[in-house]
Amino acid sequence: MERQRLVVIGNGMAGARTVEEILTRAPDLFDITMFGEEPHGNYNRIALSHVLAGEEDFDSIFLNSLAWYAANGITLHAGVRAKRIDRFAKVVYADDGSETRYDKLIIATGSRSFIPDIPGIRDRYSELRSGVFGFRTIEDTRAMLEHARGGERRAVVIGGGLLGLEAAHGLHKQGTEVTVLQRSATIMNQQLDAAGGEVLAGILQNMGIRVITNARTVAVDYVPRVGIQAVQVEGQDPIPCDMVVVTAGIRPETSVALISGFTVARAIVVDDLMRTVDDDDVYAVGECVQHRGEVYGLVAPLWEQGAVLAANITGTDPSARYSGTKTTTKLKVAGIDLASMGVRTPEREGDEQMVFSEPKRGVYKSVIVRENKVIGATMLGDASRVPFLTRAFDQGLDLPETRAELLFDLGTTPEQSVADLPDDAQICNCNGVTKGTIVGAVHDGCTSLGAVMDATRAGKGCGSCKEQVCAILAWAAGDAVTVDASANWYVPGVPMGKPELMAAIREQNLRSVSSVFAALAPDGQPDARSKMGLASLLKMMWGPDYVDERDARFINDRVHANIQKDGTFSVVPQLKGGVTSPEQLRRIADVAEKYDVPMVKLTGGQRIDLLGIRKEDLPKVWADLDMPSGYAYGKSFRTVKTCVGQEFCRFGTGDSTSLGIDMETRFQGLESPAKIKLAVSGCPRNCAESLVKDVGVVAVEGGRWELWIGGAAGAHIRKGDLFVTVDSREEAILLAGRFIQYYRENAKWLERTYTFVPRLGLEELQAILVADRDGVCAGLDERLQESVDNYADPWLDRDAPATPGQFRTALPLVALPLVPVRGGDA
Amino acid sequence: MSDAIEIDVCALGDLAIEEGRTYVVADEQLALFRMRDDTVHALGAVCPHRGGPIADGQCDEAVVWCPLHAFGYDLATGACVNGDFRLPRFDARVEDGRVVVTVPE
Ligand SMILES: Cc1cc2nc3c(=O)[nH]c(=O)nc-3n(C[C@H](O)[C@H](O)[C@H](O)COP(=O)(O)OP(=O)(O)OC[C@H]3O[C@@H](n4cnc5c(N)ncnc54)[C@H](O)[C@@H]3O)c2cc1C
Ligand code: SF4
Ligand code: FES
Repeated sequence: MERQRLVVIGNGMAGARTVEEILTRAPDLFDITMFGEEPHGNYNRIALSHVLAGEEDFDSIFLNSLAWYAANGITLHAGVRAKRIDRFAKVVYADDGSETRYDKLIIATGSRSFIPDIPGIRDRYSELRSGVFGFRTIEDTRAMLEHARGGERRAVVIGGGLLGLEAAHGLHKQGTEVTVLQRSATIMNQQLDAAGGEVLAGILQNMGIRVITNARTVAVDYVPRVGIQAVQVEGQDPIPCDMVVVTAGIRPETSVALISGFTVARAIVVDDLMRTVDDDDVYAVGECVQHRGEVYGLVAPLWEQGAVLAANITGTDPSARYSGTKTTTKLKVAGIDLASMGVRTPEREGDEQMVFSEPKRGVYKSVIVRENKVIGATMLGDASRVPFLTRAFDQGLDLPETRAELLFDLGTTPEQSVADLPDDAQICNCNGVTKGTIVGAVHDGCTSLGAVMDATRAGKGCGSCKEQVCAILAWAAGDAVTVDASANWYVPGVPMGKPELMAAIREQNLRSVSSVFAALAPDGQPDARSKMGLASLLKMMWGPDYVDERDARFINDRVHANIQKDGTFSVVPQLKGGVTSPEQLRRIADVAEKYDVPMVKLTGGQRIDLLGIRKEDLPKVWADLDMPSGYAYGKSFRTVKTCVGQEFCRFGTGDSTSLGIDMETRFQGLESPAKIKLAVSGCPRNCAESLVKDVGVVAVEGGRWELWIGGAAGAHIRKGDLFVTVDSREEAILLAGRFIQYYRENAKWLERTYTFVPRLGLEELQAILVADRDGVCAGLDERLQESVDNYADPWLDRDAPATPGQFRTALPLVALPLVPVRGGDA
Repeated sequence: MSDAIEIDVCALGDLAIEEGRTYVVADEQLALFRMRDDTVHALGAVCPHRGGPIADGQCDEAVVWCPLHAFGYDLATGACVNGDFRLPRFDARVEDGRVVVTVPE
């Protein structure tokens, strides 16, 4: 049979979910074309809050990959906006000029951010000013993150609803100072009554988020080319800020439907079959629809709508009807438990309200009961009764006589354990997953939380049901439960923690990265992203006996230089301890001239960086410099920064430069799980910033030296821990080396010392490495010595390239081997 | 495909195992990858994200990862595995120790 043509406008959560529902019912009925204004596959919009807070990354929130569309034969026009529907000719016109015919059409255009006309918020072309953001899409979120991370440090969030508070929390977590302006007297006033709002505001203020209620925003101050300066609030001092996030509500995106002649009230009007009231072949679903007067702003309704729509459009169940959804909401702010459902306050005579409030502890509970049924509830600061209330609300359960049991777990009606839940009890309200489905997945072999979530989608919406999913998993799988072990794996492609992996490597005598994959990876499958970590580990373990497969190296390690954004490289010659000489400087200057080096720069680690070197020039540059590599590119020991020290400084008590040079001579080139930076300061004034280095040394009175470990002052800031104070430079070198070797052998791949040290604990490290509790010190010292003895300057590669074309350019900035085109013989 | 031609690009021995090498062939910039079984994949050489050098990426049997911002591309199709990009992909085979690539004319 000829397939019918189905066109879907809007590739968001409702559109894509509905298509999935259609495909499960009738995989071969339609040729499907989708238009999506956003240039991606469908993603979990809800999770943008987690992304903004740094709890998830963009890659992990996609629900439908491009491969999914391809595998299901769906033509996806991503980044293309549908402009107009001709319902008589049955054609969709899009802004790329295309015309697409349909037999059936689904409109799933969702909502957009509502941005009120506050003076100063838009430029004269009506575009949002730079520094003003909505919060709806990946692009919005990415732009906010870039702005917030770009040193902009003060944000005003206009609108104190659910979305606004999640935005505020996310930005706050990014280190931004946040003020939330709420027009009415209560934050989250859609879900909370006045008393609940007060308690929540108190919690937020304690977290460091400023909340101002009854705040009417009158203007945004903007200075051209400088940016946002402040937000003006009626009757108050202006609030200085660098960015403004507008979360003042959403509006259904109905423009296409409207200009194409469909009935639009607050949104596109649909019947119980999810058809538009104007045209039996055109359906609509999601936030862009109005059903029986309701417009929803949550995902749960659209799962139900999508199923009903699919049943009707495919004809698989023409009796399917949508009758509305009872919605519950949760605030996705880490550290705040807030669930709310139904009405906020009693509405009719006879409605009962049970309230408990304990603002000091941030607890507020309110339940509203009508005719012995829960019709609304707010639970803030204590989620223990939420599963019970949700079920009571959804299913209209009769309630216990003692109303206090609604608010507290009194132990009289034991909380239904997961075992007692009926199979059709809905666990994940976001994705509509029941207990039965989860149990089914467990029986099909999913024994870890991650596997269950992947298989069922439970927990992949707002994430607040994860605990319950865990409980069901534990109950259904019993002893078979596995942790998501991948968290402990050294690299993603080999399912083993580091000690276990090292043992297996030793036992099976695996000396190359490819042999590790063959022996230890699932199905012997190699994994590019695991190569670098394995290469580092094997090099450390086997030293000269390591079989060096060059493909296992990241490009930086293949060519011993740091790749730059344009594909050129940076060259940093070794200047031990940051000390150089006129002779070296002259050579560096000559090289910079000879190779037209675009930038010569001093680095934060006291080295000289030649930036913009072409790959093919690298060997010549090294030869002309005739200096060893400064290791500015690897996951390895990098530099020892030193201060002037005793020799010249009038404060100095120790010879910091010469100790730094000796340390660099010893540790040069050591590969390690992540980079290691050292510093040595000649007195506690600490000019070399020793307290924020992986290993920092400070000279103190009496010829003694302090060793500090686990410090950092980059993207992450941590003051190091005082590891040990020693009497001589020899001991300082010995203990620094011992710690480095222990870190090399025990840290996870890419784990910096600032995570490693607190993970193991300072006292534990002191016990092992200083007191030698476990008798491992001699072995560590010995293995470090082997690595030290094994050092060879990688820049000597220049004489004999390790692979054919090692230094050939990968981007044709200059002439490449041009292959002559001989006559076509195809 | 009448409007495609086959071009002898290089010797297999010019390619290092599971490293990329770039060639310009009929105005196309190609990144060639030689697998451990001596088959060869040919993709566009320039990352559609921010122009990164694909041949400098790390690969396994299935995917090559751009060295700049770690977008990965399926060696068999050119489709990006973690973003919405696509690299051009060309048929490549090895014949008598030579690498032969099919490019549009
Ligand atoms: C930060 C954030 C947090 C949220 N948290 C929660 C939560 O915790 N719980 C909850 O239940 N809900 C939450 N929501 C709401 C939830 O994301 C929405 O209810 C859901 O995405 C609605 O799905 P939809 O498909 O109707 O709309 P959308 O997901 O917005 O999809 C509509 C798509 O259609 C596209 N489109 C529009 N017009 C056209 C056109 N003319 N041509 C082509 N394409 C077009 C749009 O670009 C968009 O991609 C949250 C929303 C945000 C932004
Ligand atoms: S740390 Fe002390 S010795 Fe070193 S330069 Fe500063 S003041 Fe001088
Ligand atoms: S340029 Fe390739 S990932 Fe950014």
